[in-house]
Amino acid sequence: MGLTAIAFYALAAVAVGAALAVISARNPVHSVLFLILTFFSTAGLFVLLGAEFLAMLLVVVYVGAVAVLFLFVVMMLDVNFAELKQGFLSYMPLGALIGLALLAELVLVTSATHGQGHSALAPPVEGTNALAIGRVLYTDYLVLFQLSGLVLFVAMIGAVVLTLRKRTGVKRQSVSRQVGRTRKQAVELKDVKSGQGLS
Amino acid sequence: MADLIAQYGPVWGFWLGVGQILAIMVMLLLTLAFILLFDRKVWAAVQMRKGPNVVGPFGLFQSFADFIKFVVKEIVIPAGANKTVFILAPLLTFTLAFAAWAVVPIAPGWVISDINVGILYLFAISSLGVYGIIMGGWASNSKYPFLGSLRSAAQMVSYEVSIGFVIITVLLLVGSLNLTTIVDNQKAGVWAWHAFAWPTVFIMFPMFVIFFISALAETNRPPFDLPEAESELVAGYQVEYSSTPYLLFMIGEYLNIVLMCAMISILFLGGWHLPWGPVEQPFLGFLVLYAKIWLVFFMFAMVKAIVPRYRYDQLMRLGWKIFLPTTLVAVAVLAGYVAYNGRPVIGG
Repeated sequence: MGLTAIAFYALAAVAVGAALAVISARNPVHSVLFLILTFFSTAGLFVLLGAEFLAMLLVVVYVGAVAVLFLFVVMMLDVNFAELKQGFLSYMPLGALIGLALLAELVLVTSATHGQGHSALAPPVEGTNALAIGRVLYTDYLVLFQLSGLVLFVAMIGAVVLTLRKRTGVKRQSVSRQVGRTRKQAVELKDVKSGQGLS
Repeated sequence: MADLIAQYGPVWGFWLGVGQILAIMVMLLLTLAFILLFDRKVWAAVQMRKGPNVVGPFGLFQSFADFIKFVVKEIVIPAGANKTVFILAPLLTFTLAFAAWAVVPIAPGWVISDINVGILYLFAISSLGVYGIIMGGWASNSKYPFLGSLRSAAQMVSYEVSIGFVIITVLLLVGSLNLTTIVDNQKAGVWAWHAFAWPTVFIMFPMFVIFFISALAETNRPPFDLPEAESELVAGYQVEYSSTPYLLFMIGEYLNIVLMCAMISILFLGGWHLPWGPVEQPFLGFLVLYAKIWLVFFMFAMVKAIVPRYRYDQLMRLGWKIFLPTTLVAVAVLAGYVAYNGRPVIGG
């Protein structure tokens, strides 16, 4: 067993174990932390496949941004663990059904293509990973790529519209006004006579 | 390490790899001890104080005395704390801070792992740094640490965006994600350094400034040290930490600062190349890069001493409303320039 195989089995074991812990952990914050561990080991598997660019993107996007937001939300919500666990059994059949369907699909795909020269490894490309992915994305699938960007953009605008509300009576700092203020507008010199004060 | 194993056999190659890693760790920790002292000395000098001057000549051994004090103190874990996460958070910060150095080339040919996606790896690891802070703040089970960690997380996520775009502008100029290639692109001298190279200087110098400011925010340095603003939050996410866990947080934080200094030197200031020409010798190159790191750190220290702290909404405004549009436009303009004129051959 070579070094690669050892690394693969270690990473795969951690990924599967952490994925199981995601759904079995009692504390939702622990679940999210295990989810992060799963992402991370998956990124390691990508590196073993030679897809280091994808691995780094997985870490940057999912671990660095998406999971942080998950963690944020879970930490801010005051979740009642006992209440959460009560509904577990009634949701169980549905969840098991979905899981089984996914498993069946995976088995179908792998058994249908097994032994026909298909492999999980992409054919070797010239140049680096990033170059190859960029070439495919920006030449063959340019329109689709731009469209997916548009979909994300629409989603972003939707989120802004849903949460935007004008509040009145809020003090705001107008930076341009503050910077544009001159000495004349701000300071007034008064000659105060003794015993009189300012009226 | 794989190439070492291939070259020297499994046993010797493995131990050589471990030796390299240890050498870099020891060098970093020693650098850290003196850079901490330097930070305090600069701060003191600006305020016309003497700073630490008791332990050793000129207070040179102050950091070692601090280290011993931290290590021999008792570790206090708050009663309501989530113990595992509480201990895990400083360990994570510490480990990630060291992990980033695996790809940093410290001299021509001196790098533990010369991977093709080096800069992305650095970006990924530095985006993970936020976890140590969130976990520490949450696990402390106390209001101030939690508030501090939330602030910090929002701040780091915001400024990562502009750091990412600035990195993209450098990548457009170099055409590679490999850090060694990025350094060698600037070997012709100071007019080839990305921050000053003609004619892209109009875009790249502002990018250099934005990267510097974002690096301050990313490492929670003053004037953006809101996560641990003493007057408001006591010490932010570190309130409940004592002894060695606190030390680990401190080391992690300062290592990240040194990493940012190294990144600024590598991306914009020519890495290990001298201002008047290329450097091929590893040892000389190491000294040059080391000097540049200290120079950038001096700027960090001066900013800490001079600039007053930002308010939180001002910080968010700067990140999202000023840096993000500016860097976006810069990426678009530079990409257009590179597409029409070809990648500028710097230095010729």
